[in-house]
Amino acid sequence: MAELLQVNNLVTQFKTESGLVKAVDGVSYYIDEQEIVGLVGESGCGKSVSQLSVMQLISAPGEIAGGEVIFEGRNLLQYEANGPEMRSVRGAKIAMIFQEPMTSLNPVLTIGQQLTEMLQLHIKMDGDTARKRAIELMSMVGISGAENRIDDYPHHFSGGMRQRVMIAMGLSCNPKILIADEPTTALDVTTQAQLLELMKDMVQRFRTSLVIVTHNLGVVARYAQRIYIMYAGRIVESGTTKDIFANPRHPYTMGLLKCIPRLDEEEGTKLVPIEGLPPNLINMPPTCAFLPRCSYRLEKCAKEPWPPLTPVNGNHYIRCYADTKEKSK
Amino acid sequence: MTEKNTIAEEFQEAPPRVSEWRRFWRVFLQRRIVIFGMVVLLILVIIAIFANFLAPYDPYRGEMEDSLQQPNSTYWLGTDIQGRDTLSRLIFGTRTALMVGFVTVGIAAVIGVTLGLIAGYFGGIPSMIIMRIMDALMGFPMLILAMLFAAVLGGGIQNVIIALSIATLPAYARVMNGLTLSIRENDYIMAEQAMGSSNIRIMLGHILPNAIPPTIVLITLQLGGIIMAEAALSFLGIGIKPPGAAWGAMVNDGYRYLSQNPVLSFAPGIAIMLVVFAFNMVGDGLRDALDPRLRGIL
Repeated sequence: MAELLQVNNLVTQFKTESGLVKAVDGVSYYIDEQEIVGLVGESGCGKSVSQLSVMQLISAPGEIAGGEVIFEGRNLLQYEANGPEMRSVRGAKIAMIFQEPMTSLNPVLTIGQQLTEMLQLHIKMDGDTARKRAIELMSMVGISGAENRIDDYPHHFSGGMRQRVMIAMGLSCNPKILIADEPTTALDVTTQAQLLELMKDMVQRFRTSLVIVTHNLGVVARYAQRIYIMYAGRIVESGTTKDIFANPRHPYTMGLLKCIPRLDEEEGTKLVPIEGLPPNLINMPPTCAFLPRCSYRLEKCAKEPWPPLTPVNGNHYIRCYADTKEKSK
Repeated sequence: MTEKNTIAEEFQEAPPRVSEWRRFWRVFLQRRIVIFGMVVLLILVIIAIFANFLAPYDPYRGEMEDSLQQPNSTYWLGTDIQGRDTLSRLIFGTRTALMVGFVTVGIAAVIGVTLGLIAGYFGGIPSMIIMRIMDALMGFPMLILAMLFAAVLGGGIQNVIIALSIATLPAYARVMNGLTLSIRENDYIMAEQAMGSSNIRIMLGHILPNAIPPTIVLITLQLGGIIMAEAALSFLGIGIKPPGAAWGAMVNDGYRYLSQNPVLSFAPGIAIMLVVFAFNMVGDGLRDALDPRLRGIL
């Protein structure tokens, strides 16, 4: 399968009064066609900002300071942020679903108006066709009685149903990539599971790639084929889902996995939290950002700058000097 | 499919839909005074539209021998110094007052809302330029500003409308600017951008519909004020010029003969009071009906 999106060395920074915050600092990744990719990290590690940068939706005081986003052979960052070329990519080629279904729909417009708007804008459907297609999409995402509900307002819908509508909206123009930014964080667990299944089915049906941005390793474990782990604005480990879960190599990933309970563990095993707090992103030192919290630290780590992503095994990369394999055994 | 079933159940359990329109009318017509205001306005609008048929005499020409008559069976509200029928002039004055009111509000609202929307959405330099000019205009009391423009432009209905539009425009710009600033921070605006909508589509299709209720309330509340201001300008002689029928000018014409024929001044005065009162009451009712915070309480 061919590479669909390639992000190289993306840097997004925010100019604040207390200094320059590099929210995304040299992030590179790729997405293949019809692939489900997970982007995992804790709050404030730059995972959402990196996705918004791909769509050029960063507003002042933020700016995309460098890098390239290659999509279908063109660098998206060369387009003017609100120009017609960028707008024809957004929604039509790369769509995005946001975290808060309760506030992501305009309260004064009906569901139908919002769904058909996209179809009319990007695919130039006429009103009747768009309405039929909208009803079809609503049934596809599991909203029963779609013909009756299309003229409802968002406040007539529950959170889970609104997120279903958002999925329908995201896929309405048959995009190549769907970016789901914490799509299930605001929902309860049972709804989460239903929606993740739905998203998986839908992207298969539409032959779309899916990027799941989340802080929940459990969410990506089941659905993603490859995973990128982010920390302090950088990708610290990447690999297939199997690599990451069965054989994590970066101390941060290992720490994360120790924090979640596993079924195959002996009873009574305590969960080990990662000590300390994530670093303040203002004026970061060139050394490894995880260093203060790392239990594998070497002398070299404090002296030399953060290493680049280096392969450990096939398609499995980490950004670390320590030989964690030795110690973890 | 268990998943479909849960949704189906949810759908069945949903309470019966209450139409937004029905709720609007119920709250709007809840207070008797609002109904009174609404009825007064409806009657005035009908009078204004059908003034030609309703007025018993020509409002602009009178019989000199009938000058300054007390109310009688021929002239229900008497006549002025030139023998013109007060009732007819009052009826045509309704047309003038409402026309000035509605046209001014229309012009001021369209321009003001557009300016406020642009300033609020784009921020930065456009906002600086637009809002500082609006602040400067707002620095003067509305009536003083209207007087200034009316005096410079000269009288006549057209110039009164222009003067009052300029004087009331900053209110719309300011309200719209504030609304836009808060509405544009909502997630659905970001979602809309992520869907590839242009700025104009977002401004007109998504921000404006959210800002309409407060703007409608502002418009109704302003209508009373504008009619009052028009009367004041006409009373001072820099508004609608004779022989045009304007309530303000009629009060001015009449007050010299206050002792002989008080109806001449009182009739238009009461008309002004009534219309301002009616507009304010309707504005109040609209505010209650359109305020989402009162939803569920009223």
